[in-house]
Amino acid sequence: MAYLFDTPEQRRVMLDAIGVESVDELFRQIPQDLQLGRELRLPEPMSELALEQEMQQRLGAVSARGVCFLGGGVYDHFIPAVVDEITSRGEFYTAYTPYQAEASQGTLQAFYEYQTLISQLAGMGVSNASLYEGGTAVSEAVFMAMRVNGRHGRVVVAGTVHPEYRQVLETYFSRLGTEIVVIPPEGGVTSLEACRRALDTNTCALVVQQPNFLGCLEDIRGLTESAHAAGALSILAFDPISPGMLKRPGDYGVDIAVAEGQPLGTPLQYGGPLLGIFTCRSEYVRKMPGRLIGKTTDRRGRDCFVLNLQAREQHIRRDKATSNICTNQGLLALRATVFLATVGPRGLRQMATLSHQKARYAASLLTQIPGVSLKFPGPFFREFLLETSMRAEDLLPALSAEGYDVGPAPGRFATAGLAGLERCVLVALTEKRTRQEIEGLAAAMTRVLQRG
Amino acid sequence: MRNPTATKLLFEMSCAGRGTQVFPESDVPEVSGLAAIGAEFLATEPLPLPEIAEPDVVRHFVNLSTLNMSVDSHFYPLGSCTMKYNPKRHERWARLPQAAGSHPYQSEAQIQGLLSVLYELQGMLAEIAGLPGVSLHPAAGAQGEFTALLTAAAYFRDRGEQRTRVLFPASAHGTNPASAALAGFECVQLAGGRDGFVDLDELRAQLDERTAVFMVTNPNTLGLFERDIRQVSELLHSVGGLVYIDGANMNAILGRTRPGDFGGDMMHYNVHKTFTGPHGAGGPGAGPIAVRDFLAPYLPAPVVTWDAARNWYSLSVPEKSIGKVRTFFGNVGILLRGYFYIRTLGGRGLREASENAVLNANYLLSQVKDFLDVPHGDRCMHEFVASARRQKEQTGVTTMDIAKRLLDYGFHAPTVYFPLVVEEALMMEPTETESLQTLNAFAAALRAICSEPADLVRGAPHTTAVCRPDEVNAARKPVLCWSAPEC
Amino acid sequence: MDAAELRYAKTHEWVSVEGDIATVGITAFAVQLLTDIVYLSLPTVGKSFNPGQAMGEVESVKAVSDIYAPVSGSVVEVNSSLPENLSLLTESPLDKAWIVRLKMRDPAELQGLLSYAEYVKHCDKDGH
Ligand SMILES: Cc1ncc(COP(=O)(O)O)c(C=O)c1O
Repeated sequence: MAYLFDTPEQRRVMLDAIGVESVDELFRQIPQDLQLGRELRLPEPMSELALEQEMQQRLGAVSARGVCFLGGGVYDHFIPAVVDEITSRGEFYTAYTPYQAEASQGTLQAFYEYQTLISQLAGMGVSNASLYEGGTAVSEAVFMAMRVNGRHGRVVVAGTVHPEYRQVLETYFSRLGTEIVVIPPEGGVTSLEACRRALDTNTCALVVQQPNFLGCLEDIRGLTESAHAAGALSILAFDPISPGMLKRPGDYGVDIAVAEGQPLGTPLQYGGPLLGIFTCRSEYVRKMPGRLIGKTTDRRGRDCFVLNLQAREQHIRRDKATSNICTNQGLLALRATVFLATVGPRGLRQMATLSHQKARYAASLLTQIPGVSLKFPGPFFREFLLETSMRAEDLLPALSAEGYDVGPAPGRFATAGLAGLERCVLVALTEKRTRQEIEGLAAAMTRVLQRG
Repeated sequence: MRNPTATKLLFEMSCAGRGTQVFPESDVPEVSGLAAIGAEFLATEPLPLPEIAEPDVVRHFVNLSTLNMSVDSHFYPLGSCTMKYNPKRHERWARLPQAAGSHPYQSEAQIQGLLSVLYELQGMLAEIAGLPGVSLHPAAGAQGEFTALLTAAAYFRDRGEQRTRVLFPASAHGTNPASAALAGFECVQLAGGRDGFVDLDELRAQLDERTAVFMVTNPNTLGLFERDIRQVSELLHSVGGLVYIDGANMNAILGRTRPGDFGGDMMHYNVHKTFTGPHGAGGPGAGPIAVRDFLAPYLPAPVVTWDAARNWYSLSVPEKSIGKVRTFFGNVGILLRGYFYIRTLGGRGLREASENAVLNANYLLSQVKDFLDVPHGDRCMHEFVASARRQKEQTGVTTMDIAKRLLDYGFHAPTVYFPLVVEEALMMEPTETESLQTLNAFAAALRAICSEPADLVRGAPHTTAVCRPDEVNAARKPVLCWSAPEC
Repeated sequence: MDAAELRYAKTHEWVSVEGDIATVGITAFAVQLLTDIVYLSLPTVGKSFNPGQAMGEVESVKAVSDIYAPVSGSVVEVNSSLPENLSLLTESPLDKAWIVRLKMRDPAELQGLLSYAEYVKHCDKDGH
């Protein structure tokens, strides 16, 4: 045992108090024939020092990794030191769900602040205290739309929505008989005409993304109006950095806005744990999935915070709960709270603007390379789709070998709506990328394409 | 000492013009010739976020943190949650560059080290479960349940079977029925026997060709090992159904018995509990599942595979996969902490951890049973459920009152009012990382509370920053978001 | 409303009948079991229900309970001010806190409901 507590004498005291001879006796509750009777076949125990040395070898090396121009929902953003400092405090880190309000006011107030910050960021009435990640948040949004308007037959999804969000949606709804209708993109965006055709009187919701998976900007207001005209809800997946520069989901009048919150202070961690942001109009609050923190007063009239509207949740409503989620992504929500409090409105604006300017600079350099162009000529925010003379599956490893990681390539997803993009790759920029790195990428791509 | 200025809401601390310089000026030239973003997309107003300087941000959150109880600061016997010590070493290793900084679209070649660890973890979880197919994707136990039910459904569909019902005992955690409903099953709740175990006759009466899965926590939520689990499993299998083991209580049985050996066909782990990922004030967790060989082809995509000849790790899609259950691979940061824990303890250490968890729980039970009812006997696994029904009857002091009063004594409360089948339930799980002294002090506090004047206990907590928030008013007129006072 | 005149469902709804219209509410006993009610949801007018089908929900901080249709029928009126005045459920459970009016499909179904005496006995048996 790595963590030693009681001496043999103390164990004896405990066994005597219980009234048994040995620990084995306690395990007699397990029928003998079900007991394992051998040791688990696992590696030998390791000391802290020895395991650290091994892990440094196995997880410490990044020599194969290039400069990160990767996007597709999570991005290599800067995280101020204060985020790590605060969130690694054990008082937050090693607490659990704030069931005992008096012993959890720190957590509760921080999550109330999180809900407010996210509502401000999204321009929406109410935010919950987190879901697992962006993709499942989309599925939860569709479930909620069904609860709101009672329509179960169909959900219409733009083909420009992240293909892996759509794959998650397919899995979540695979047994429920709901038809998932995908609108094929036209010129990198969703046509209002095609959208209107897909929406019917059985459609619970329209799901769109801004900026969309291909980096393009959609006519969210028009799409939302089409959804509303058909009696469906409008669900928008947004980039949580974009409100630093672009309109917020609420500005377009959407009903539910979700996001992958990773850009707000969470490290990449190979895609998890991340932060599922979930917001909606205030009137739907009792249909929301996940935890909510509310403000109230205590017995002595002092302002305080408490888990609120728990009757929606699984521990009370069980099979009729608005979601099965229990453990959520609290710590990542705390990271986003500290992050937003630290960078403030100007910092977020700078992040968005820097990412955008660098994306434009990168696009302008890269499109000067012979055979390279923007797949879609429209405006983009911080990520754009590049078409080259090479197949993406050849280009990306060659660029990595040169020290630049680019992607993903939409062609890798066997998903409706992404056909014909075999020579395309996404390039994503954040405030972290320097001019030198961008120029280095352009030079590397020139070399790779010249080699052919 | 509480600093009331620093714990005002961020929004009340905000002052226009304050802030922190984090980002540099742009180092790239403006470019022309590319389409500019049109006004229809641009924000027209600055974001209404608060403006605070970093030192005030720090003081704010540090002060807030002191209003919490946590494993690092207090004994936290929250039943069913396994609030054991979270080793600090894990934190350092989880920050190693390949672990913390890998993008999910990084190529396989760039993350061979990470994939090798995840591959090994799959194997370890298979061995501990006695079930060979493992998916690391689910973000927490609840998503593990959902994922496993979809996996089972895909298996049934493949066999041309229409199975529509999921069964579970009344003592089941709320996520069990919620996950079953989400997966499109009809939920059937069994009352269970008076002794706290699954009632075989009741179960038998409910089984037929519509039965898909029986979900059972073992040890169950009363802290008892389901002694008839083998028969339960045989009954299910005799009608073609499957047994799901909710593994929230694995901390009781590591290396002693395995879900696969006692008849489970699938299970989830709660890595944040059993393998001590920190609970992060509510999450994140990780809820990997383990399943029998015949279910493995249906697991979510992708799984990590290893080509021994090339010594190469890759991601591959199981033959009949149900698809994706989350955008990227899984809660890798938490999975890694679980891996570090298993490597630190080894097989022997895990077994000892469970032994000590069971010893501690039984010892605590022995110290409280003379003044608190323990309706399900004086032996338990890693946790037990006491009841304050006697106190409630005699003095009007409820479980909630006792829980609140414990805070005054410097202990976090046990889980209260769960499972639903025990009146005035107090579910205590001390875990193995607590000493005899701590258990004695906790038992002494409980004993003292049970003989304190009822008014004192009903008025608790007396020492915390707040006392008994008004939940009724909170729910009637929900205030979930700060808004600027109207001027 | 005189409690003795009403019919009751085992699920704690009361029914008062006038012609083919059944007015439905929940009993004081049910309200007491749930403790402080924080939310009530109503069905939409025009919706029809079979006996035992959930028409709406009452919610307290720690529990939720469906409001079941005691008889079959379609909703002709709901007490739309009730959700804003939840205290009526305790102050005036049998009058001001009526919940829905159903146009009954089959008044014979009323025979299947409990009398006041039977309901009181039923609640006693519930162990309370
Ligand atoms: C018995 C039991 N089952 C399932 C769960 C759900 O797990 P999670 O919170 O990781 O989703 C929990 C935990 O809270 C539990 O205690």
